[in-house]
Amino acid sequence: MTSAPRVPSGPLAEKWTKRRAELGLVGPIQKRRLTVVVVGSGLAGASAAASLSELGYRVTCLCFQDSPRRAHSVAAQGGINAAKNYQNDGDSVERLFHDTLKGGDFRSREANVYRLAELSNRIIDHAVAQGVPFAREYGGLLANRSFGGALVSRTFYSRGQTGQQLLLGAYQALSKEVAAGGVTLLPRREMLDLVVVDGRARGVVARNLVDGRLETHLGDAVVLATGGYANVFHLSTNAVGSNATAIFRAYLRGAAFANPCFVQFHPTCLPVSGEHQSKLTLMSESLRNDGRVWVPERANDARRPEDIPEGERDYYLERLYPRYGNLAPRDIASRAAKAVCDEGRGVGPGGRAVFLDLKDATLRIGPDGLRERYGNLIEMYERLTGDDPLKTPLRIYPAAHYSMGGLWVDYDLMTTIPGLFAIGEANFSDHGANRLGASALMQALADGYFVVPYTVSGYLAGTKLGPVSTESESVRGATSDVEARTARLLGSRGGRPAVEFHRELGHVLWESCGLARNASSLTAALPRIAELRRRFDDELIVPGGAAELNQELERAGRVRDFLALGELLCADALARDESAGCHFREEHQTEAGDSKRDDAHFAHVALFHHRPEKPPERTTEPLEFETASLEMRSYR
Amino acid sequence: MNLTLRIWRQRDRTSEGRFERYAVEGIDPTGTLLDALDMLNERLVREGERPVAFDSDCREGICGMCGVFVDGLAHGGIRLSTTCEVPVRGFPDGEELTLEPFRTGVFGVVCDLVVDRSALDRVMQSGGYVSTRTGSAPDGNALPVAKDDAEQALDAAACIGCGACVAACPNGAASLFAGAKLAHLGALPQGAPERARRALAMTRALDDQGFGGCSLHGECERACPKGIEVSVIARMNGDVLRAVAAGKTQGTR
Repeated sequence: MTSAPRVPSGPLAEKWTKRRAELGLVGPIQKRRLTVVVVGSGLAGASAAASLSELGYRVTCLCFQDSPRRAHSVAAQGGINAAKNYQNDGDSVERLFHDTLKGGDFRSREANVYRLAELSNRIIDHAVAQGVPFAREYGGLLANRSFGGALVSRTFYSRGQTGQQLLLGAYQALSKEVAAGGVTLLPRREMLDLVVVDGRARGVVARNLVDGRLETHLGDAVVLATGGYANVFHLSTNAVGSNATAIFRAYLRGAAFANPCFVQFHPTCLPVSGEHQSKLTLMSESLRNDGRVWVPERANDARRPEDIPEGERDYYLERLYPRYGNLAPRDIASRAAKAVCDEGRGVGPGGRAVFLDLKDATLRIGPDGLRERYGNLIEMYERLTGDDPLKTPLRIYPAAHYSMGGLWVDYDLMTTIPGLFAIGEANFSDHGANRLGASALMQALADGYFVVPYTVSGYLAGTKLGPVSTESESVRGATSDVEARTARLLGSRGGRPAVEFHRELGHVLWESCGLARNASSLTAALPRIAELRRRFDDELIVPGGAAELNQELERAGRVRDFLALGELLCADALARDESAGCHFREEHQTEAGDSKRDDAHFAHVALFHHRPEKPPERTTEPLEFETASLEMRSYR
Repeated sequence: MNLTLRIWRQRDRTSEGRFERYAVEGIDPTGTLLDALDMLNERLVREGERPVAFDSDCREGICGMCGVFVDGLAHGGIRLSTTCEVPVRGFPDGEELTLEPFRTGVFGVVCDLVVDRSALDRVMQSGGYVSTRTGSAPDGNALPVAKDDAEQALDAAACIGCGACVAACPNGAASLFAGAKLAHLGALPQGAPERARRALAMTRALDDQGFGGCSLHGECERACPKGIEVSVIARMNGDVLRAVAAGKTQGTR
């Protein structure tokens, strides 16, 4: 097991070219004998599975949904960044690289971020060739819009459904490879353990969610593309099925987990409305392009928004961050919303919301122009709240949205377990302590289309692997571990459904490890979560059995992993005694309330290594910046 | 508010099913129908009963995973909505609602409200793509696409593959589904080289999978949560006719 980042030497701009030249190739006949197991079918998983199959590998692709097209990438609304500079507004690979590095508050690995920016343009080219219907200008050329954290217009989009359209592109590529016989598609399967043989990842144990049978899918390398873990907060913008089980079980098998406390809160979500809510709905950040965020100047102002005169409104983002205004990065916009609500100036029931006002845009580009840009968002808001955002301002509040943390990977996107790769949101690599808008799609597709096809080949070319069978000791061990876990869940004789524990975990994390954190609340949260985990084991009830479709059993397993992951989040947040990006430690802020990094002590990635019966071991990967100077992040 | 839910319960593919009635009380009126089902399930689990199985994921109308009949109407019959977007405040307090799976010949019931829609994936695998290889694309702006063509493609590409069109169709046809993909790719220059072959392959796959034929009832258009219009079926038929007239042979890859 190794946690050397293995970044190629040489100038930043030449590293990826150099690595590609170093990576070995696998012969065409050999490729047909090698199997890669891809878990997950979102943008990262589908693009990786399709591209690996195109190269000639046999690919097994699993997803827990009934079709690969359902993966949560589908819900990304706003767009995808690329350094095309089609707008002639001064964009370049260097600038996208720098914006992403700065947006992440200098807590990401420079070489990975540079490669991401470098590959961004090829993603657009490839998606266009697949028939992804991006927005066009009248001349037939690709249109762009702006997003948070950038002064250039570099975001490509398909109305408010960019994730869906890019996912369909990847799903169609995957379908093409299924037809060609290269990909075996296994929907309604959930990975429940990793098979490690002689220290190398060789497959997964998965549960067939229809009949409950445990299956073993073996291969020569495993790629986890299972998304993020924002659902650890219970209420988040993630799909209700999104979970951390695959990456958490890999962690228990020895893969290091990096920066678990880096979770992003998206500033433009619909506020929490009721106890039985299952998730929070996101309104694309692109609305901040044309919308102005404000709250009443006075606290406890209960007037309707249209009755509050212009002079009594506080456009606080424009006031605090005149240069970026409403397009300040997500972490800053989210914290600012919390701050004004803490002052009692929040709006709506409960006072935990701010206004996002489209009125000025209605005058500037007209209602039709707005409908063309954001049609489905406007409809969605109207349907959910009964209000028309073209007439009355939207009410928004931050919600847990995206995990920058994830499995630690080296430059080749390989985890600390040789042969186990993690891509997309499942890894930690590119977004540091905060991700910029429209960069998740970019990273997932860069990883899947253009990075792992090379690096998995390189790994397989340089590795001699023995045969592995379903009868081997490692497979039987992993299978019996899964059976034991399932039996424990089903054997619990309590009376409380898993969702109750999940809700409680969400409350603890939101209060102590949410938009703002401090040492005392984190210290208090740790034993509370441990206690919750003990109570889960004693008081849970899961009806039904293992050998059938049992959605409550699925949920209980995921919640059990979230409970353990919640502790890891708090432990990391406590150990990282600085503020960085979305990780805002109240002890470390400037007088103006901006976050204050501590580069002398925390310019590193924190790696957590699981140890049985002991707290995890924390090690670090120092971050060295060759070209970027560590500036204080300012968007004012 | 309170609702009575009359729900189809069926343990697995081979068991016999039946309706069961459940009173659900104290529903948050700002919530959705699926929130009410969640509430019911939480109670059933607490009582040690088997909860109602249903598919859902994104809960914002884009993943296409959810889908039930509410009083005989796919996705509750609410215009441009998926089941997860159906607000409970649209129903009178105390109403009884009948929830059934998307039953149709090709989609078998897997458990309760969960059905098997994998035939739609197989239709896509027959040709619902552009045969392009990763790494081979020219610059994104090398081939201009008229704005109207791009918009038209996007209208059709909005399909979420939920299967409501099939469930609503008296013939159990998936023509709106296949037509939407053909209209999407057919409207773009990138999809043009395979247009004829794609139309033949996908229409043949519809037959092979056992979907019924279209006789233009138009129920699919009414049920579609994404507003796909039946005109895509006319386009599909046009593509097939043109392909046959041009002497193209049927076939997959």
